[in-house]
Amino acid sequence: MKIIVCIKQVPDTNEVRLDPVTGTLIRDGVPSIINPDDKSGLEAALRLKDEIGAEVSVISMGPPAADAVLREAMAMGADKAYLVTDRAFGGADTWATSSTLAAAINNLEYDLIITGRQAIDGDTAQVGPQIAEHLNIPNISYAEDIKVEGDSIIVKRQYEDRYHIIKSKMPCLITALAELNEPRYMTPGGIFDAYKEKKVIIWGRSDITVDDSNLGLKGSPTRVAQSFPKSIKANGQKVNLDADESATYILDKLKEKYIF
Amino acid sequence: MDFTLSKEHEMARTLFRNFAQKEVKPLAREVDETEVFPRGTVSKMQKLGFLGIPIQKEFGGQGCDTLTYAICVEELSKVCGTTGVIVSAHTSLCADPINKFGTPEQKEKFLRPLVSGEKLGAFGLTEPNAGTDASGQQTKAVLVENEYILNGSKIFITNGKEADIYIILAMTDKSKGTRGISAFILEKGTPGFTFGTKEKKMGIRGSATYELIFTDCRIPKENLLGQEGKGFGYAMQTLDGGRIGIAAQALGLAAGALETTIAYVKERKQFGKSISKFQNTQFKIADMATKVEAARLLVYKAAIAKDTQKVFSVEAAMAKLYASEVASEVTSLAVQLHGGYGYTREYDVERMMRDAKITEIYEGTSEVQRMVISGNLL
Amino acid sequence: MGIENYKGIFIFVQQVDNKITGVSYELIGKGRELAVELGTEVTAVLLGSGIRSLADDLAAYGADKVILVDDPALEIYTTEPYTHAMDSIINKYKPEIVLYGATAIGRDLAPRVSARVHTGLTADCTKLEIDPQTQNLRMTRPAFGGNIMATIVCPDFRPQMATVRSGVMQKIKRIEGAKVNLEEYNPGFEKNNKYVEVLEVIKKVSSKIDIQDANILISGGRGVGKPENFKILDELAEVIGGTVSSSRPCVDSGWVEKELQVGQTGKTVRPNVYFAIGISGAIQHLAGMEESELIIAINKDESAAIFDVADYGIVGNLNEIVPILTKKIKAEMAMKN
Repeated sequence: MKIIVCIKQVPDTNEVRLDPVTGTLIRDGVPSIINPDDKSGLEAALRLKDEIGAEVSVISMGPPAADAVLREAMAMGADKAYLVTDRAFGGADTWATSSTLAAAINNLEYDLIITGRQAIDGDTAQVGPQIAEHLNIPNISYAEDIKVEGDSIIVKRQYEDRYHIIKSKMPCLITALAELNEPRYMTPGGIFDAYKEKKVIIWGRSDITVDDSNLGLKGSPTRVAQSFPKSIKANGQKVNLDADESATYILDKLKEKYIF
Repeated sequence: MDFTLSKEHEMARTLFRNFAQKEVKPLAREVDETEVFPRGTVSKMQKLGFLGIPIQKEFGGQGCDTLTYAICVEELSKVCGTTGVIVSAHTSLCADPINKFGTPEQKEKFLRPLVSGEKLGAFGLTEPNAGTDASGQQTKAVLVENEYILNGSKIFITNGKEADIYIILAMTDKSKGTRGISAFILEKGTPGFTFGTKEKKMGIRGSATYELIFTDCRIPKENLLGQEGKGFGYAMQTLDGGRIGIAAQALGLAAGALETTIAYVKERKQFGKSISKFQNTQFKIADMATKVEAARLLVYKAAIAKDTQKVFSVEAAMAKLYASEVASEVTSLAVQLHGGYGYTREYDVERMMRDAKITEIYEGTSEVQRMVISGNLL
Repeated sequence: MGIENYKGIFIFVQQVDNKITGVSYELIGKGRELAVELGTEVTAVLLGSGIRSLADDLAAYGADKVILVDDPALEIYTTEPYTHAMDSIINKYKPEIVLYGATAIGRDLAPRVSARVHTGLTADCTKLEIDPQTQNLRMTRPAFGGNIMATIVCPDFRPQMATVRSGVMQKIKRIEGAKVNLEEYNPGFEKNNKYVEVLEVIKKVSSKIDIQDANILISGGRGVGKPENFKILDELAEVIGGTVSSSRPCVDSGWVEKELQVGQTGKTVRPNVYFAIGISGAIQHLAGMEESELIIAINKDESAAIFDVADYGIVGNLNEIVPILTKKIKAEMAMKN
């Protein structure tokens, strides 16, 4: 069985702080990590590898520095790693990103593709389903459990108030939730192997078959018109009333805001 | 000359740091309070290969280097000195000498399970009357047919009772002095091998420190490590390596206290402002950080020397001497900057200060390190 | 065909078990505002099986028109038949804007549709407005863990599509007796390799709701005093339809489960309403909740840091205020029904 896991290098948004004066992001010194949902997707793939045997390849689209997350994935146990990187891919929105990744995946054989549900820097949750569409395979989002049964995959798919147990024939694509599992640690020896024995295969523009109009900024239907720091909260109101008045005050505010 | 760590070393540090923060730190206070050996942590480290970091892959080791091992001990010790020394004693004092001096059969039988973490290791040299003067060994081993019969005792043995495999030094020929000392591999459970009292210590309280007692304890002849009469030399070489582990532990304690203190002084307010705004705090932090960094350079240099030089006694001694004294000084300053809170067990720096003291004492006191260093110069 | 030929605002109406999800009404409400500016209509797209009767409600909440696709293939949500239906409707009717709820269904369906029809999609919007010059839809959303806001446009492709978080837009007051303008449409459903099979539907026990999914969080801190006092928070949560969460000290003390912890070492939440009750507001806690739409804080300590981020701060004794609030809300609810 061949599994491809898509991973993204993201800044650890837990560590991002806002400059209290300018309200802009302080990105200096913020560590880069494997996106948490993707890491759980990788763990799910590695468990399938442990249980039933599989070749696990990881693929990432990003700048050359994304090499680090691919090495980390190999240090956890992934077999092969591909970095899709080229200036031509830059500035991509989810549409262009998914068409680039789908084109890269088309170079590989696969039974199962796993992506994270969403990345913590963008939170869009779009790239997984869009890759599946470009590859013309089914996708199952928000997976909390994955099992293989013959040529099919059985997924526990999360909704707000329920789960669906869904069966799909492979090949298919699954988007993984961080709740899926607790990703394993790397091992020290795995880290050394990832840097000294294994390699990251680099794919640029000429290595993938896709129309220029579907790549990068030019291939992106959406544009960022404006981005701005979330306005620092205007000073709220603070009141000091007796208990009954306090409760009435809260109730009024809830009504004002249409909470009910 | 390049002082930047390689990418693999940086990534290994991230691994050790994440593990320490998530698995070790939450238990550190409890381990200290209860003085219970953190068996659960050891088995987690076993699964991740932390107990065989510098050992070759052919014996199931991780195939990394001494520097990676030192970084591991450093990061563990940043949050828990006890956990740091467990790894250090196991790796440097037990796995390393078997790897270096053992026969292929001994490596297969003892090194492999040690490296996989299935078994834990310890080392017994110190005796009530043979501390800094380790040559005064009174434990005796007499060869009778195919067995050595061991009698005597060892004290202050780290990982005692918890470990499965022990390197034990004993006199095989008293008339030859240090050249009459031999090293043996002894397994827990061997008849005649028992444990005495557990030490009640000031620091590293979760580390099991026991007296080992040998009463007509029979060791198979094939468990002699290396050659008869060469044990003292093996022990000294082993301690050279061990000192790198302890130096890394000391470095970790100092660096951990520094990190904790930096976070604290930024939050703590007195006289209407954060105490990090006072020059006294700023200068103290600057001095602490500089010393920690100097210690780190010495420790890493010694770790690299172990893999690249035949003899690295002076590098190891300097690293341990300096790092341990920095550990005591920096942890003490950390308590000072925490004020009254720092003296309470609610804050980690109090434990770190107690843990730090031992690094100036075990595996050769600071005085022994000075003897080693000056002996090489004069 | 040029993009100027795309007209109208379409709302994907989410129904589960033949019940319309609340966000759909909110989207119709917002759709109406946008439609006024663009001089166009709001069309609700209702997909499902045996759901014709739901159409009236959509009119009552402001849909000018309802397109109904009623087919057994749509009984339980799965990605492919729903994508096929939306794709087909978009190609046939050519709307200029399509909105979806940012739900576990909408966030699966919308990206798949966007890839199929080849247009852009903006996720989890909190604000939608029409650019007065270009008439393009300006879609604003939080990014970077909520630290920055980005306004996205989709100038050259149609429809302009967005998913919108629930609770952000307002539904209109129900228009009683509104007459539905219903159009039935069936694109035809043929099984292909992308069809999956739902083997089982397992409903979650409501108490196990993930605090990250909750619209209203009643969060208690050290100030609650003791674990037994969480009972008053439970009661408030029950009447208001919220979920109880907590700050770290209560988790560390073993009062509440780790799953309920908000903050840097817990979960990051962004509910519509966050009640911070007896929470002092350590920076690590604020990092996990300050993006909440509305923050109401109750704390004894007038100088507590939580008041810096609260929209409404109440200085007082939580053990007195919370039970009274619960009683008042109960009374209010009773009046409504």
